[in-house]
Amino acid sequence: MNFSDLLNIGLMQGFAGLSLFAVLLLMGLGLAIIFGQMGVINMAHGEFMAIGAYTIYLGSQLTEQYAPSLMPVYFPLAVILAFCFAFAGGWLIEWSLIRHLYKRPLDTLLATWGISLAMQQCFRTFIGPKEVSPTLPDWLLGSWAPVSGLDIPRNGMFVLALTAVVTCGVLLALSKSRWGLRVRATVSNRVMANATGIDTRKTDRLTFAIGCGIAGVAGAAFTTIGSTGPTSGQLYIVDSFLVVTFGGAASLLGTVVSAFGIAQTQSLAEFFMPGSMAKMLTLTLIVVILMMRPQGLFASKVRR
Amino acid sequence: MSNTDFAIAIEDLTVSFDGFKAIDGLNLYIDQNELRVIIGPNGAGKTTLLDLICGKTRATAGSIKFKNIELTKMAEFKRVRLGIGRKFQTPSIYENLTVFQNLEVSFPKGRSVMGALAFKCNDEVKARVQVVAEDIMLADRLDLEAGLLSHGQKQWLEIGMLLMQSPELLMLDEPIAGMSARERELTAELLQRICKGRSVIVIEHDMEFVKRIAHKVTVMHQGKILAEGPMAKVQADPNVIDVYLGH
Amino acid sequence: MTALRDLIKRYQLASVLVLTLLLAVVLPLTLDIFRLNLVGKYLTYAFVAVGLVMVWGYGGVLSLGQGVFFGLGGYAMAMFLKLEASDPITTKIQSTPGIPDFMDWNQLTALPLFWEPFKSLPFTLIAVIAVPTLLAWIISYAMFKRRVGGVYFAIITQAVALILTVLIIGQQGYTGGVNGMTDLKTMLGWDTRTNGAKYILYYVCVALLIGSILLCRWIQTGKAGTLLLAMRDKEDRVRFSGYDVANFRVFTFCLTAALSGIGGALFSLQVGFMSPSFVGIVPSIEMVIFAAVGGRMSLVGAVYGTLLVNAGKTFFSESFPDLWLFLMAALFIGVTMAFPMGLAGLWQDHVVPWWAKRRSEMRKDKAAAARRAAEDDASGAAPEAAAKAPRAAGTPERLGDVAGQRA
Repeated sequence: MNFSDLLNIGLMQGFAGLSLFAVLLLMGLGLAIIFGQMGVINMAHGEFMAIGAYTIYLGSQLTEQYAPSLMPVYFPLAVILAFCFAFAGGWLIEWSLIRHLYKRPLDTLLATWGISLAMQQCFRTFIGPKEVSPTLPDWLLGSWAPVSGLDIPRNGMFVLALTAVVTCGVLLALSKSRWGLRVRATVSNRVMANATGIDTRKTDRLTFAIGCGIAGVAGAAFTTIGSTGPTSGQLYIVDSFLVVTFGGAASLLGTVVSAFGIAQTQSLAEFFMPGSMAKMLTLTLIVVILMMRPQGLFASKVRR
Repeated sequence: MSNTDFAIAIEDLTVSFDGFKAIDGLNLYIDQNELRVIIGPNGAGKTTLLDLICGKTRATAGSIKFKNIELTKMAEFKRVRLGIGRKFQTPSIYENLTVFQNLEVSFPKGRSVMGALAFKCNDEVKARVQVVAEDIMLADRLDLEAGLLSHGQKQWLEIGMLLMQSPELLMLDEPIAGMSARERELTAELLQRICKGRSVIVIEHDMEFVKRIAHKVTVMHQGKILAEGPMAKVQADPNVIDVYLGH
Repeated sequence: MTALRDLIKRYQLASVLVLTLLLAVVLPLTLDIFRLNLVGKYLTYAFVAVGLVMVWGYGGVLSLGQGVFFGLGGYAMAMFLKLEASDPITTKIQSTPGIPDFMDWNQLTALPLFWEPFKSLPFTLIAVIAVPTLLAWIISYAMFKRRVGGVYFAIITQAVALILTVLIIGQQGYTGGVNGMTDLKTMLGWDTRTNGAKYILYYVCVALLIGSILLCRWIQTGKAGTLLLAMRDKEDRVRFSGYDVANFRVFTFCLTAALSGIGGALFSLQVGFMSPSFVGIVPSIEMVIFAAVGGRMSLVGAVYGTLLVNAGKTFFSESFPDLWLFLMAALFIGVTMAFPMGLAGLWQDHVVPWWAKRRSEMRKDKAAAARRAAEDDASGAAPEAAAKAPRAAGTPERLGDVAGQRA
C-alpha cells in the first residue's frame, strides 16, 4: 500500500462521512427550524422522514409498473412529492395537536411520540413490516472514478447536492422571504410580532409543516443510501436531536457545523473500531460536551 | 478597591450585551439604613442594575461590595444568604401555594436539601409568619391560595417573602405598579415601616410616591448616573429635566 | 384519635392503605401464581413511575432515560445471579468453566475484573442503589448546575439511554449482548423459580414499593416538597430566596434513580432475566406514560397507571398485536391533550366532588329534619348561618383541590 492508496482510502472514508453528514443535516435542519421557532421537539420527525422514503419507494414501484419509460426522470418528481406529503402531514398534525400544547413543551414531546407510534404502525399495516428499497434510476447507480483506486459513489454525490440545495434554500428563505421575516420576528418577540399584524399561529403552522417537509426530503435522500422500514425513522431521531442541540438551537449555521462534526467523527471512528462502538463514542462525546456547554456551539448572548 | 462603611458600594460597574453597554462604568454608594430611590427613563439600566446586584446578570467588569464582601463572582443564593433580598418587577409568588406556605418557604432555615427534609414548621416559624403577615396586611388571608390575591396584595406578599429573610438590603423593582391609590398609600406606609434597620433600594416611576418615601434619589440615564441627591435638588437639575422632557 | 386522623390526612394514607390492601390481599387471593408473578413484574416498573411523579410531576423535569437506571439496577442484580448460576460444575462443558455462558461463547477465557465484586451479595445490593444514583448524580449535577432543564434535559437523558443500549448490545462478551442475561436461578442457593419463592419475592416487592411511596409522600409533605413545587413554577424566586435550586433537583433525580435501580433489581429476581430491551429509548418513554396515565402528581396513581397500561399491553399484544401500538399512541395523545392529570385527576375532579355532593345532600336532609324539629326556636340567626355556610363550605373544598393535585 503506497501513499496514494492511503490518500484514496482517506478520501473515500471522508466521503462516507459526508453522506452521513447530508442525512443528519437534512434531518437536523427540519428539527432546528421547528425547535428554534417554537421550542417544540417533534418526536415524530423520524416518521416524517420515513414518509419521504416511502414516497420514493412507492413512486419507483408505480413507475416501474405503469410507465417504465419514465424511470430516469421519476426520482426528482418523487422528491418533490415527498416534500409535499410530509408537508401536508406536518400541517395536519400542527393543526390537530401541536397548537394546543405550545405552553407545555414536555407534553408535546409525549404527544408527538404517540404520533410516531401510530405512524409506525400505519407503515407496518399498509406497506408492510419488511425493509424496502426503491429501484433507483441508472444515473444514481455506480460510481465516479476520477483516478483509478478512487471511487466516489454517485448516489452520495446526489445526496450531497440535494442537501446543499435544500440548505441554501432554507437559509435564503429565512433571510429573504416574507415567511422568513415572520419567523424571525416571531422568534425574537412573539407578542410584539402578533401586535404588528403577523399571524403567529399561521406562521407556526407553516414553519412546522416546512420542517416536516424537509424531513420528507431527508427521507428521499436516505433511500438512495439505505433501505427503509417502519422503524427507520426512530434510528435517526436521537442523532438529529443531538445535531440540533449541539449546534445551538437558535443557529442554523450551528446545525450545519455540528452535523458535519458529528458525521465526520463517527465515520472516522468507524475506521478504527466496530460501528456500534464508534456510534457510542460519538454520542458520548457529544453528551459530555453538551453537559459542559449546554448552549451548544453557537449561541447568542441575550439579556434575559 | 476601597474599604467602606457603605451598605453597598458599586464601583466602575459595566455590563455589555454583545457590545451594547446596559450599565456603563457606574459608581453608586448606599448608606446603611438608607432608602434610595432610583428613577430614570425606560432603558436607563435600572432593572439591570438590580439584576447585577442580586446576580441574575453577571457583570462584565467592575465591583459590587456588600458589607465589604465582593459579590460579582458569587452564586445568587449565596448573595441572598448574605442578606440581599430582591422583589421582581412583576409579582413573583408561588400562585399554587397558600399565603402561609409562600411565607413559610421563605423562612431562612432549612435551605440545604437535608435541612429542608428535616425542617419542621414549629412555633418560631409560625410566629414569624404571623408578624410578617400583619406587616403586609395579609394576616387574615393566610390560608388563601396566593394566585387568588389581588395584584396589589401579590406585590405585598412578595415583599413579605423578602421580609421573612430579614434582609439587610432590600431591593424593590416598581413595588406600586398596578396599585390603586389606596394601595399606594398603604405601600408607602409599609415601606417606611420596613426600612428601619436596613437599606432599601426602590425603582419607581411615580414621582409623588418617590417624594414621599425617598431619602435620596439617583437618576440613571443610558447606563450611567445622571444626578444624585435629595428629591428637590434632582428635580431642579437641568440635565434631568432635559432627559425627561427632551426626548 | 384526632392525631391519627391528621396523620392519615396529611400523608394521604387512606389511598396508600387501599393500594396496600389491593396488592397484598386482594390480588394474591384472586390471581394464580403465574398472573401474580406478572403483577410483580409490573410493580417493578411502578418504582420508576413513582420516581417520575417526584421528578417530573413535582420537579417539573422530564427524564426520558429512566430505563437506564432501571437497567443498571437490574444488571447489577443479574450479574450476581448469573455468577451464581455459572458455577464450574454446571458450566463444565464450556471451554472455560466457571464463567457465564455468554462470555464463553464470545471467546472470553477469564472473568472480567469489573465482574469480580459481584460475587458478593452485599456489594451487589449496594451497587443496585449506588450505581444508578452515581450516574444520575453525574448527569444531573452537570446539567442542573448549568440550569439546563425542560426539553434539553429530556433529550440528553434520551441520548444516555441510547448510549447505554448501544454499549450493552455492542459488548456482548461482557454483558450478554442483545439477549441479556438469562437463566438466573438461585440467590445464595435459594431457588427463586419455585412458587413459594415467587410469593415471597412478590411480597418483598410490594413492601418495598409501599415503603418508597411513603418515603416520597413524606418528602412531598415537607418543606422540600413545597420547594420542589415552588421551583417548578417560579424558579428564579426560589433562587433569590436563598436556595440552591440545582441541589434540590439533583437530590430528587438521584432519589428516583435509586428507586428505579431497586425496581430493576426486583425485576431480575422475579422474572429471571435482564436484557437491553428494558434500558433503551422506547421502554424509558413508556415508563413515562405509566406515570402520566396514573396522574403525574399522584404517587398512588402512578402504581395504578403502571398496572393498567401493562395489563392492557399483555392482553392486547397477545390477542391483537397490531392494535396495541395504536392504543399506545392514543394513550400518549389522549393523556397529554385531554387528561393531563391522568386517572388521579379524573378521580379528583369527578368522583370526589360527586361523593362530596351526595354526602352534603344527605347531611342537608338530616339538617332539614332537625330544623323541622326545632322550628319553634327559630330565630334571626338561622338565615345568617345559612348564608355563611356555602362560603365556609367552598373554601376548604377548593383547598382540598389544591392538596389533591399535590397528592
